[in-house]
Amino acid sequence: MSSDEQRRRTMELVLGPDAPELTCEQCFEELDRYVELVLAGEGAGEGIPGMRSHLDGCPACAEDFDSLRALVTREGD
Amino acid sequence: MATALMTPPAPTPADSPARDWVARLRADGAEGQAAVADLHALLLKAARFEIGRRAVQDPSLRGGDREDLAQQAADDALMAVLAELDQFRGESRFTTWAYKFALLEAAVKVRRRTWQGREIPLEDEAWRALADAGASAGRGAEDAELFAALREEIERLGPRRREVLVAVALNGVPIDVLAERLGSTRGALYKNLHDARRALREALAERGFRVGSGEEER
Repeated sequence: MSSDEQRRRTMELVLGPDAPELTCEQCFEELDRYVELVLAGEGAGEGIPGMRSHLDGCPACAEDFDSLRALVTREGD
Repeated sequence: MATALMTPPAPTPADSPARDWVARLRADGAEGQAAVADLHALLLKAARFEIGRRAVQDPSLRGGDREDLAQQAADDALMAVLAELDQFRGESRFTTWAYKFALLEAAVKVRRRTWQGREIPLEDEAWRALADAGASAGRGAEDAELFAALREEIERLGPRRREVLVAVALNGVPIDVLAERLGSTRGALYKNLHDARRALREALAERGFRVGSGEEER
């Protein structure tokens, strides 16, 4: 990671997203629908407001999203 | 007859594969048992997938108990899926909905195992991480001032908010590992983190730093 990226990521993690966001529980409830919207290229951010900003701010939920997207992608191949 | 009228109707939730899963899982006797076995196999596949992904970066997961971990995750996910079956709204494929339970169980188990026997890092390590981030971009006095202000404001946070922010945002402690150590939940700690971040953004803004959108200026 470059020094600028390290600085940006640290600031992101410390200050978090400056936008309304879902809670971890709401994120889990919507995760399957969000992943399918993302994979379909159907404006997932607009479909589930607050999801993208939560994933930007919560490393654990972001990992869950990455894993589900990867698994569903693999199953669809 | 018009061609449009001859087009088969789109599948409805009542006859979708998702509905089949739910109906089979609710069936009595051999059909229900077979459906539960199929579901367990699906969840085990997802748990193995997750642990396999994480093993690429974590050599401790390449040991012989990796399969045990996957089986435990699949077992726990099966209980969770069956308990939540009434909550399935059919807004995604049933398999996508079920996978998320197995991936979560596997991820939590892996993170807890990775941190087993490790102490939560001390605050001093967080200040080093913060100083490194501030110094690394080579922006000189401007950044030094911002990161010094940030440290001061973190030190002014209430004890729980400060503890969660330092552990999760600066020391990289997984939030579910921290929740287990503190006897709390991931959701409750994320609320602490969210409140801490908002307090920091407000405090920095009051001190004249413009924060947000990934860039900070004074």
